[in-house]
Amino acid sequence: MKIKNLASGIGDFLDDRPRLKRYLPQALTLFFIVFVLGYFTFNAQVNMGNRGIVFGFGFLQQEASFDIQFSLIDYDGSYSYGRAYLVGLLNTILVSVVGIFFATILGVIIGISRLSPNYLISKFAEIYVEIFRNIPLLLQIFFWYFAALRALPLPKEAINFFDISYLTVKGWFIPKFIWTNFSFLLSSILLAIVGIFLTYNYAKRKQEATGQRIPAFFISLGLLIALPFLGVFLGNVGLSFEYPTLIQQTTTIYNFKGGVGIIPELIALALALSLYTATFIAECVRAGIMGVGKGQKEAAASIGLTPGQTLRLVVMPQALRIIIPPTTNQYLNLTKNSSLAAAIAYPDLVLVFAGTAMMQTGRAIEIVSITMLTYLTLSILISMFMNWYNKKIAIKEK
Amino acid sequence: MKVTFKVLLTIKNEGIIIMIKSLKSLILVIGASLLLVACGQQGGGAGSKKSKTLQNTKKAGFVKCGVSQGLPGFSNADASGNWTGVDVDVCRAVAAATLGDANKVKYFPLSAKERFTALTSGEIDVLSRNTTWTLSRDADIGLTFVGVNFYDGQGFMVRKDSGITSTSQFKSGMSACVNIGTTTELNMRDFFNSKGIKYEPVVFEKADEVVAAYDSGRCDTYTTDKSGLAAQRTKMKDPDAHIVLPETISKEPLGPVVRQGDSVWEDIVRWSLNVMIEAEEYGVNSGNADSMKDSENPAIKRLVGAEGELGAAFGLDNEWSLRIIKQVGNYGESYKRNIADTGILPSRGPNELWTKGGILYVPPAR
Repeated sequence: MKIKNLASGIGDFLDDRPRLKRYLPQALTLFFIVFVLGYFTFNAQVNMGNRGIVFGFGFLQQEASFDIQFSLIDYDGSYSYGRAYLVGLLNTILVSVVGIFFATILGVIIGISRLSPNYLISKFAEIYVEIFRNIPLLLQIFFWYFAALRALPLPKEAINFFDISYLTVKGWFIPKFIWTNFSFLLSSILLAIVGIFLTYNYAKRKQEATGQRIPAFFISLGLLIALPFLGVFLGNVGLSFEYPTLIQQTTTIYNFKGGVGIIPELIALALALSLYTATFIAECVRAGIMGVGKGQKEAAASIGLTPGQTLRLVVMPQALRIIIPPTTNQYLNLTKNSSLAAAIAYPDLVLVFAGTAMMQTGRAIEIVSITMLTYLTLSILISMFMNWYNKKIAIKEK
Repeated sequence: MKVTFKVLLTIKNEGIIIMIKSLKSLILVIGASLLLVACGQQGGGAGSKKSKTLQNTKKAGFVKCGVSQGLPGFSNADASGNWTGVDVDVCRAVAAATLGDANKVKYFPLSAKERFTALTSGEIDVLSRNTTWTLSRDADIGLTFVGVNFYDGQGFMVRKDSGITSTSQFKSGMSACVNIGTTTELNMRDFFNSKGIKYEPVVFEKADEVVAAYDSGRCDTYTTDKSGLAAQRTKMKDPDAHIVLPETISKEPLGPVVRQGDSVWEDIVRWSLNVMIEAEEYGVNSGNADSMKDSENPAIKRLVGAEGELGAAFGLDNEWSLRIIKQVGNYGESYKRNIADTGILPSRGPNELWTKGGILYVPPAR
């Protein structure tokens, strides 16, 4: 009874002071958040202290002394843990970029196919989506790595593509491009891109001013072919290939030398990630296209636009607005899902840094927080880029 | 700590609801949170004179022991879930000493990657999982190694038909399968580097995945501790198609590990292992331990608890060592049962007693 009286007393007290009543819950919420965080920090400190563990990031400069299977930058065990982190991060970015690239292409194709009037094509697309969307991603990765790619032959009996490329249980070996005077070719391609950009801008302004249409597409195509051709011719650009060759190392061990070897772990992971994410992107694309009113297409046809122009100028710009936000989510998911790499020995950030490096240094708290921050940063960067793109294609009120 | 946190969460949730509905119970919530701060500060301290781990173990009624995910001879579960192996016997010895029954052990199968975090976070109290004793592990990450129950060294396995009979035949471009987070991963680099060989390391988290990758031809060689190679070979599709190369490229003293900060518990685990080795040295085994109480030799009498007050130093009774010997056996029995009779490594090599040409030598239990 006493407590009830006290409580109602406080209630009356607060009712008389509306400002205090308004801010008190917020202050209390803040207090609890700070309290919980503080409690965790305190708890970790006490227990680490008891076990003689020192917190710090000095280990990042120490020699890593372990090797990594596959790296985009120079690395061996004599580099630091910081460098090993970078190797893992780049490998994560590599598989994410490859995955996003193929998932987008496949997703758009499947999404459009699902709307195809052709029964076979749309049914096939639907079956694809339902199968790959409903099997857990980890199982798909296991399937590609342990079932499909493990069944490939040893290097000696490799699957041979025209004597220049070989598929084996140890990876896919492709020729290496060796360029001479590559900078000439690169600058001419850049020049062509700038030229195409200017052409389109000019064509657009010309059309807005005079109504006259310039065949910008054909001019661009011409630029894209002519300029690099000129560059190769004038700059004496040469291209030769280094083909992988089979060498015998012992009685039964054969390996490929030269060329570029794509490790099966990367193939399996990129394959599984793109096939899985493509189903979600396909659904986003389908939803986007279906979300554009039928009247829009009819109106476009009535003013004399061709079906191609209708899709390009009327349907897609509106559909993209519906497609982009959910597709951003899928890109984020793909990047985060790439951490499943650790299950199949692809040396990504989780395997290299939150795996080997964490084990060898024992710095669990530091390494896990660095890894989490890294994924957070990657995700925020992707969503910032996609938000920028989304804003760019949004309706601009005039 | 765990309980405190749960209470904290529920109180916090309720707190928010109360706040939203009305502000009348503020005082109570603030009071409760102040109380929790007090609890939080109380909970942290361990490592006083009494063993908190021993207390908790007695309260739980079992020893929480981290083992491997399946390494024949060391720690391996059979079809009905019974664990056996020399590492498992260390856990059983600790259970026999502290709880009076060697079967009162709860096993936590851990990957190489998980093992240390499981120990430092308190999920397990003893890690007996073919773990190599190194300076950085002992000194840097809050662990204490209590001894060595198996002297090992790293070796390589190759397919017999490859024609390789020595590591000197390794060539650049070969791939090696290895377990993540192990000393083998580091030794391998030192080895190949010193020979100027470029190799491809393929790193898996689970030992089974490493073996499967090697078995399928993904790797040309498989490297780990030699005992591990011998044990894993028995699991392969065709064990006779593989050989372990004669070279040993590193020292791998394997032993049980405990958390830093509870020196009494550390001593219990250390001496549970030492007693098994010392028992073999004095010829005391599970069969004759009881009759040894009447021995003429005071060292043997101390070992079976008929003389001295050795258990009191740990807060245990005087028959702790007798129980280890009776229920688990001495080191020789454990080795024979788990490693020799299973055909993994019939010869004891360095793991023979110092009196018989090996390097097994423990401080006297007195």
